[in-house]
Parts: sequence; C-alpha cells; structure tokens
Amino acid sequence: MTITQWLFAFSILLLVLLSLFLIAAFMVYAERRVLALLQDRLGPNRAGPFGLLQPVADLLKLITKEHFTPPFADRSIYTIAPIIVPFTALLSFAVVPVDDGWWLADINIALLFVLALSSLRVYGIMLGGWASNSKYPLFGGLRSAAQMISYELPMGLALMGVVMLSGSFSLVDIVAAQSLPFIFLQPIGFFIFLVCGIAETNRLPFDLPEAENELAAGYNTEYGGIQFALFFLGEYIGVLLIAALATVLFLGGWHGPWLPGVCWFAIKMLILILLFFWLRTSMPRLRYDQLMSFGWKLLLPAALINLMITAVIGLFWIKG
Amino acid sequence: MLKKPTPSYQSRHGTGLLRSLWTVLRHAFTKRDTIPYPDVKRPLPARWRGRIVLTRDPDGEERCVACYLCSAVCPVDCIHLQSRQLDEGRRYPETFTIDFSRCIFCGFCEEACPTLAIQLTPDFEMCEKHHASLVYDKQQLLIDGQGKHPGYNFYRRAGVAIAGKAIGEAECDTPPVDRDSNLP
Repeated sequence: MTITQWLFAFSILLLVLLSLFLIAAFMVYAERRVLALLQDRLGPNRAGPFGLLQPVADLLKLITKEHFTPPFADRSIYTIAPIIVPFTALLSFAVVPVDDGWWLADINIALLFVLALSSLRVYGIMLGGWASNSKYPLFGGLRSAAQMISYELPMGLALMGVVMLSGSFSLVDIVAAQSLPFIFLQPIGFFIFLVCGIAETNRLPFDLPEAENELAAGYNTEYGGIQFALFFLGEYIGVLLIAALATVLFLGGWHGPWLPGVCWFAIKMLILILLFFWLRTSMPRLRYDQLMSFGWKLLLPAALINLMITAVIGLFWIKG
Repeated sequence: MLKKPTPSYQSRHGTGLLRSLWTVLRHAFTKRDTIPYPDVKRPLPARWRGRIVLTRDPDGEERCVACYLCSAVCPVDCIHLQSRQLDEGRRYPETFTIDFSRCIFCGFCEEACPTLAIQLTPDFEMCEKHHASLVYDKQQLLIDGQGKHPGYNFYRRAGVAIAGKAIGEAECDTPPVDRDSNLP
C-alpha cells in the first residue's frame, strides 16, 4: 500500500474511533436523561443547553482526578485490566457493517471474532477485580467470570441459528441474507441473544459484577479517574456493540424502505438502546442463584431447542 | 385475613416483568417531581425555620431584653449575648451573635423568647465561603420590622417601669394600690 492509502486507512480508523467515543459519551447523557424521564426526575440539565455538555464535564472531571494505584493492588494487572474492556469492545466494531459498503473489515469468521472478543472482555473485568486485591472487587470479578461464561454459551448457540439460516459467519453476508429480518424466523434466538447481551455488558437486571447495593461498586471499586472512565466507556461501547449486533443479526441491518441504510441502522440501534435503558429502570437486580439458574436451566436449553428446530426445519426446507 | 404467601420467583416472572415495564413506561408521561431550584423557587411556608432575626417593637425599639433564655435553651450553644441596662430601666443586648455554622434551626430560641424578639424566617440562602462569615453579629441580626407579631410591644404590656411609663400605666394594667389610702 502507498503512503496515501495508509493515511486514508488511518484517518478512517480515527474517525470511527472518535465517533464511537462520542456516541458512547452521549449515550451516558442520554441514559441519564431517559432514566430521569421514566423516574419523574429531570436528569442532568445544567451543563450547556439541555445539559448536552454533561459528558464533557464528566470527562474533564475524570481525567483531572488523581491517578491513584492502591498500594495493595497487583500493579501491572491493575493497570492493564481497564484497558482490555474498551479495547475489545472497540475492536469488535471493525467487523460491524453499518451500510452497504460501510465496514472496516469483512472477515469470513466475523461472528466468531466478535464472540471471541466478548469472551476476552471478561478478562478485563475479572482481572480488574482480582488485581484490586480487596474484597468487593474480588466478589465482583468472580461474579462477572461466572456470569459471563454462563451467558456466553446460550448467546453463541442462539447465534448459530442465524448462521444456519444465512449460511455464513460474515456479518456482511448475514445482513445480505436478510430480505426478511431474522427476528421473524428466530424470535426465540433474538430474545436469548438480547438477554445474554444485557448480561454480557453487565447491565441491569444482570449487573451483579457491579451491584452497588451489595458490593460498593463491584469490580471497579478500587478504580478512579481515567481508569474508571475506561471501564465505564467499555461498558457503554459494549451496550452499543450488542445493539449493533442485534441490528445486524436479527433486525436486517441497513435494510429498510425509503430512508438510506445508515438511518435505518441508527434507528434500529436507537430503539434497542432505549429498550436497554427502559429495562434498566424497570427491573430489580437478579439474585445470584436466580441468575445462574436462569442462564443454565432456561436460556441454555431454550437455545439448544431453538438450534435443533432451526436445523431440522432448515434441513427439510433446503431439501424440499 | 391471612395473606397468601408470595408465589415463587419462577411462577410469576413473566407477568410481573411486563407489568413493571408498563408501569415504568407510564411514568414517562407523568409530571416530573424535580423543582429546578435556583430557577424556580418554591414558596416557603410562613413558619419555615430559617435565618434568625431580632425584631423591633412598633415604636422602633429593640424587643430583646437580653434575658439569656435563648442562649440557655440553645442545644448547640450557638447564641452569645451580653446584656446591658439603661438608667431608665430598659434592658437590651450590648452584643448579640449567632453562629449559623452551628445553628440547627430548631426554633427553641423563638419558643423561649418572652418578648417575641428572636424569630426564625423563611430564608435559608445564606451560603458563605468561610465559617467566620456565618457568625452574624447584632447589626446583621437586627431588622427594622416587627416580624411575625405586629403590634406587640413588651414594655407597653409589662409592669416594668421605663422612661415615660411608670408602674401601673401599662396596657391592661391598673395602678398600684396606695397603701396609705387603702386603710379601712
């Protein structure tokens, strides 16, 4: 590649990165406003018009805070852990197609790539809790490890239905295969994916690794300033990623009448993100044993049965 | 009537979930409870216990007679004063300080005051940057009005003699009986 091509590639990467940061930052603001709306409050409305500069204020506050490593923490892992979380979430966006031709990479195993990165995300949270070397983060880290491993299984199985229908692991091909969005063909798969997605991103009602009421702040209790901001960013980019994946895999991606593809993609994602906010404010946190039994006794069998039915119907459909 | 035990988590998590989602969604269309304070100021009730003032009687004289009852009753000892007496008989506080960084706005001083001088007002906006600025002296406490009890004048009702009012000349008062003319 020539220098110009390299520069072009880097500028595109930078653009994607910055827009993701920006979207994640404003998602925090949007979430606070939506939660406030649903809880009869006002939410942040002081910084700038309608409080729109609140993310800027939050960021400034977080980066100007003291950079503090607790003396009892495992220094190297403690430093690396908060970087892993947003890193894996951001990297997954490389394979997400936003519109026809709008993607950074079209890998033929894109779905596996995304699932692998979401498994790596656990390390960030678990090691963060472990390296903090204090009791609440440790509990948060352990819970996150158990929770994420339990929910990754049904998530992967639910996605296999989509792979069977489209016959490809590439997200671009999966979108292209959806003349009819897969949510109509795989409603159970969509439900399982959504639930597991919420659990993977540690959002309520599955926010056991954080669980303010029981564990102070869970895995990030000992973190502050920019490192806490990284965890936070990772969580929100993770939510964005789950919404984007659900859009791509089940809601038909950029397909839709009248409007350009990007708009359809954005609208579908927005609806899903609003759903996440709505769920967060309506539900109490699950108890730990409920979380485990829900994952292993309900979601996993449901995902398996869904997979089998899809396989059988697909088999006869293709043959007949 | 005995309440039935709550059904177990598994049996009701379908409808309960949807119901809570619906309930929360309905709240998107209800009025918000937040009052954006500095922009919108809620009217405070007249008996709100806020900043403490010293009032004057209808003649424009200080009501406080420096009896120390407020200082004595104050649970956090934030009221300090020094009494003084004029030759004509009137008592007044030479100094009067209230440390608002200690004050808990309980209103005991107002209840203890025999002359309705010390009163709590519906005002709480008294932020300062330094503790010392919260110690109000007499000049800051004394107001020109009569506060919540207009028309009340302690020296016009009490039997104490002051300049221009001898014993027995107060309102609802009868002159003292002359011992010598009261003989049978």
